Formats: sequence, C-alpha cells, structure tokens
Amino acid sequence: MFKNYLKIALKVLRRHKLFTFISLFGISFTLLVLIVVTSFIEHTLGPVTPETRLDRTLSVTMGRLKTEKGGTWNGPIFSPWFFQTYVKSMQTPQIISMSSFHHPTVVYKNKKKHDVDVKYVDSEFWQILNFNFLEGGPFDSRQVEDVAPVVIINESTRDKYFAGSSAVDSTLKLYGQDYRVIGVVENVSLLRIMPYSDVWLPMTHTKLDLHKPTLVGGIPGWYAMLLAADKTDLPKIRREFDQQMKQIEFPEGRFTEIHISAATYAEALTRNVLQSDESSVTPLLSFAIILMTLFLLLPTVNLVNINVSRIMERSSEIGVRKAFGASSWTLVGQFVIENVFITLIGGLISIVLAVVILRLINDSGMIAHLHLVLNFRVFWVSMVIALFFGLLSGVYPAYKMSRMHPVTALRGGQS
Amino acid sequence: MIQLSSIEKVYRTDSIETLALTGVNLDVARGEFLSVMGPSGSGKSTLLNIIGLLDSPTSGNIVLAGEKVASYHDRKLAHIRNQKIGFVFQSYHLVNDLSVVDNVEIPLIYRSMSGKERRQRALAALEKVGLSARTKHFPSQLSGGQRQRVAIARAIVGEPEIILADEPTGNLDSVMGQEILAILKSLVKDMGTTIVMVTHDEPIALETDRIVRLFDGSQVN
Ligand SMILES: Nc1ncnc2c1ncn2[C@@H]1O[C@H](COP(=O)(O)OP(=O)(O)O)[C@@H](O)[C@H]1O
Ligand SMILES: [Mg+2]
Repeated sequence: MFKNYLKIALKVLRRHKLFTFISLFGISFTLLVLIVVTSFIEHTLGPVTPETRLDRTLSVTMGRLKTEKGGTWNGPIFSPWFFQTYVKSMQTPQIISMSSFHHPTVVYKNKKKHDVDVKYVDSEFWQILNFNFLEGGPFDSRQVEDVAPVVIINESTRDKYFAGSSAVDSTLKLYGQDYRVIGVVENVSLLRIMPYSDVWLPMTHTKLDLHKPTLVGGIPGWYAMLLAADKTDLPKIRREFDQQMKQIEFPEGRFTEIHISAATYAEALTRNVLQSDESSVTPLLSFAIILMTLFLLLPTVNLVNINVSRIMERSSEIGVRKAFGASSWTLVGQFVIENVFITLIGGLISIVLAVVILRLINDSGMIAHLHLVLNFRVFWVSMVIALFFGLLSGVYPAYKMSRMHPVTALRGGQS
Repeated sequence: MIQLSSIEKVYRTDSIETLALTGVNLDVARGEFLSVMGPSGSGKSTLLNIIGLLDSPTSGNIVLAGEKVASYHDRKLAHIRNQKIGFVFQSYHLVNDLSVVDNVEIPLIYRSMSGKERRQRALAALEKVGLSARTKHFPSQLSGGQRQRVAIARAIVGEPEIILADEPTGNLDSVMGQEILAILKSLVKDMGTTIVMVTHDEPIALETDRIVRLFDGSQVN
C-alpha cells in the first residue's frame, strides 16, 4: 500500500517537472533559510563550548545612568571599580568573574603585522567558562594579583605567531611587553561575545586604574558573569544583585539613578537588540516566531494551491480508487502521504544545501572563528518542520479530493 | 444476486431536475450475464452506478448479494465495492502513472494482503486476459484493446461476485470487442461471475443471457 503510494508520488513528481521544481524549490528554499537561521541562533544562544553552563549563568553588561540634569548614559559603561565593589562582593553566586570586552591590537612576527583581539580577565573567567585547552592551562588568582606576565592565546593566534607549533612557554610581545604563553585554547566565535577573544591577559595588566571610584569608565567596557551553583539559585542571585544596586553611593556626584540588572544571555541579547535595559526575551521571541510562521506559510500556501489545482487532473484516479474500494479516509491518507513524501524530499535537499552554505559562510571569514554546524538537533527540527509542511499543505487538498463523488470523478471532475 | 425495486434517480442541478431513472425493477440471478441497452441519455450508466454503489438512488431498494445496502455509509460501501464488485469502464480509467501490474493491484491494495500475494494474484489475472507479456508496460504503451484487457484484469483480480461493465467495447473495433466479450463470457462460465454490461452493440448484446432495455429512464420490455 505504502509502496504503491510512493511509486505514484514519484511518478507524479517525474511527470510534472515544473510542478516538482516549484514545490521542491519552495520547500527547500524556505527550509534552507530556516536551517541557516536556526544554526545561527544555536550558535549564538545555545550552550556551545566554552559557554556550556549558560543555563545557570547570569551576566551584567549594559545599564543606564541618569544625571541630575536629566541626561542619560547607557550601554556597557560601567567601570572595573563598579564590578569589583558591587558585583564581586555578592554572596549568592558560586563564582563571580569580571572581564573587559575585547579590543583590537596588533602583534608583529618577522616584521609581519597580525591583528588580534585582546581581553583582560580574572582567574574566575576560566572557571565559569569551559574553554577547551589544546595545551597548557589558565592562570590563577595569584598570577592575576601579582600581575604576572602570562598570556593565554587561541589556536588561530598560535597559527599566526608560532606557525602552529607548540606555544606554551614561548614569548608573545604585546604593547611592548613580553608575555609568557601558558595556555592555548580552541577558537571561539565572535558571536559568543562573553568568551570571545584571541588573546587573554590577567586583568591587572590593564592601563585602567581598577580601584578608581567611579561608576563609569574604561573603553571598551567591562562585564561580569555570575555562575549559580544551581539553576534554582538564579532568582536569589537576581534579588541580591538588585539589593546591591540600592547600596550605590554615586561617587562622581553627577549621577542620581542607576538601572542595571543581572540577566541571562538571551535577555542580555534581547536588550542589546531592542536597545532597552529591562526587556524580557518574550517580545523578540514572539516576533521571531511570528516571522517564522509567516515565512513557513508561503510555500505551504503555494503547495496547497498546486495540489488543489491538480485535483481535476487526478480525478480519474480518484474515481478508480473509490470504485475499487478506497474509502474517503483511505484516499486522504494516500494524498497526505504523497505530500509528506514530497516535502521530505524537499527537506533532504535543503539539508544538503544547508551543509554547503553553512560551510561557505564559515569559510567566508565575515565573522571571526564562526563555526556554524548542522547538528542533529537542527537536522531533526528541519525534518519535523518539513513533515509539518507536508501535513499542513496536504490535508486540505486531500480532504477536497477525497470528497469528490466517484461518478463525478470518473467523468473527469466536471459535475 | 442483484435485486432492484422501484429505483428512482433524480438529478437536481441549480434550476433543472432530470429524472434519470424511474420505476426500475430488476432481478439478476447469480451467474447471469445481462446486457443493458438503450439510447444515449436513457439512464444506463446511472443504473450501473447505482448497482455499483457509486451513486445512491433517490428512492427505491437495493439488495446486493443478500446485503441491504441502502443505509450503509461511505466506509462500508467502499468495503462492499472492494469485496464484491469489479468495474470496467468505456474509457478504461487506468492510472497512467502506474505500470500495468500496479494498476491491476489497485483493488488488492485496499485488502489486507502481503505485497507478494498481491503481485501473484495480479500476474494471474493478467494471464487470464492474455497480457502476461506486458506487465511492466505503462498504459500509454498499449492499444485500446490491451488497455481494456488490463481493466478487466483489474476488475477480476479480487475475484468479485459481480462485474459491472459500462460500454466496455464502446471504444474498440469489432474484433477487439469480440475478444473482450469472450473474456467476459469465460468469467461467467468458469467462475460463475454475475455480469451486468451496458452496450450499444446489438450483436454483442445478443450473445448475453438477457437484454434489459431502457428508454428515458424506464424499462421497456
Ligand atoms: N451528474 C448528473 N447531473 C445531472 N444530470 C445527470 C448527471 N448524470 C447523468 N445525468 C442525466 O441523467 C440522464 C441519464 O444519464 P446516463 O445514465 O449517463 O445515460 P446513458 O448512460 O444511458 O447515456 C441524462 O439525461 C443525463 O444528462
Ligand atoms: Mg453512459
């Protein structure tokens, strides 16, 4: 029965090349876009190495300060002193880390200039994030305190600077000073802003005065990560953070109000996109879902159209099947299976295309160390979406077909 | 085998009412080969469709192989068609996208049966109509007579008790028409099948057991 249906479906596909092309193109293209988008989302938001503990990590980045004159400062404007005084002193998180955002510099090797991004971090940075060390290891709190001239680099920097050979205990010259390489980690994508950099230095090496009592300060900005011992501690941590913010004494004098909170990664990202410091994930998420649904609707409507217009063409077959014992529901089953089969083929095509395109995007170098992959989750989600397509676009036409009176069907569809 | 009493069929379209059949009473015995004749538009196809449960009468009763089918619903009617009836149409109605043998298998698809058995029975049916050499062909590669033989193989593959044929020779020349008739006659003789055949062809009708004539939806004898 099944085999017979598939045979027909394949035949119909081969017979109607234009129809096949339009349907498959519609399905594959839509799914392709969805796959690429989902792997971007997965890559930006998912728990990818080194951010494997995202589900119990909060971050403190953007916020807003109000001046007495009514002006507002916002963005990642907060100073190292702010983080050290009000965030690092918190009790509820298991581990607290503060670090600078990355900023560009250059290193020279054999008179050749290489661009690298540098980030100043504390020792807790390496405890919260789960970096994959290819050699060596992280620096500890003693080395940070002692302003030890040590550095951790990524694989790509090792390739550029040490031509790929072992780099631990070699020397890297940065800002005119020699640093000893103590660890090499796997590359991290620029889209993972918290861990991302090429080179990580103990934060005490920064030219900024870490102890200067000022709320604002320090290009390119600093942030904190708060790791909870358990997910259930997150609300408690948020509460403590809000409590801490009430203690602030505004050392500069010109600020009167502060708005900042500890947020999950998704919240932080949403706030960044929406340029707001309090928004939850819901609006952006609902917007994305609505957009995706609309997007999915296009090929579905297209398929419904094509299928309905093909009813007449297949009326003789419908009549014959009814005459020989197919009930209406059996026919609905047949046409739905056919349609699902077509959409699944479209799904497979889109996955093949997606692998190629993700590869092209990765290799294009538009985003540093981008590593989009088609993982199994994305694969299955795509197939489920294809299936959903198939059902959605198949059920209505199938129902219409199956309702056809057998005599009418045998006469060629005209009643 | 087939009992029709006081069958009436009215087609209603927007403004017009067509009385396609009126007061038709018919009794067809098991193993009888019956011809239905009459001018075009006299209700022959309508009658056949009603016997074949493809259409329901406006009023009247049908008993088919002992079953009073009047109150049956889609699924049950489909089941009876599948088990007891085989159709042959003037314009063959083969599914062009399927090979000859796949076409013949169609009635068996709606029965629970292994694919292997389906295939065996379909090949046996094709052998009966002398088309063993054409099983992998497609309908478009066959002549009219061959197509109608495929259609007959499809009608008999499920070994139904009743075969309903609507002008099965209507599109064929007389030689091929005779071939088809011979196959149908052998079914009656060998298997005891009951056949109701609509035809325009007097010589062919004369070779059957009995002729029923319709005129304007009524029987004339
Ligand atoms: N679906 C229908 N709707 C309206 N009128 C119909 C329909 N089918 C058949 N008729 C009418 O019923 C009458 C009998 O038709 P039919 O049984 O096809 O005749 P025959 O097969 O003897 O040529 C004709 O007048 C025809 O126009
Ligand atoms: Mg007719």
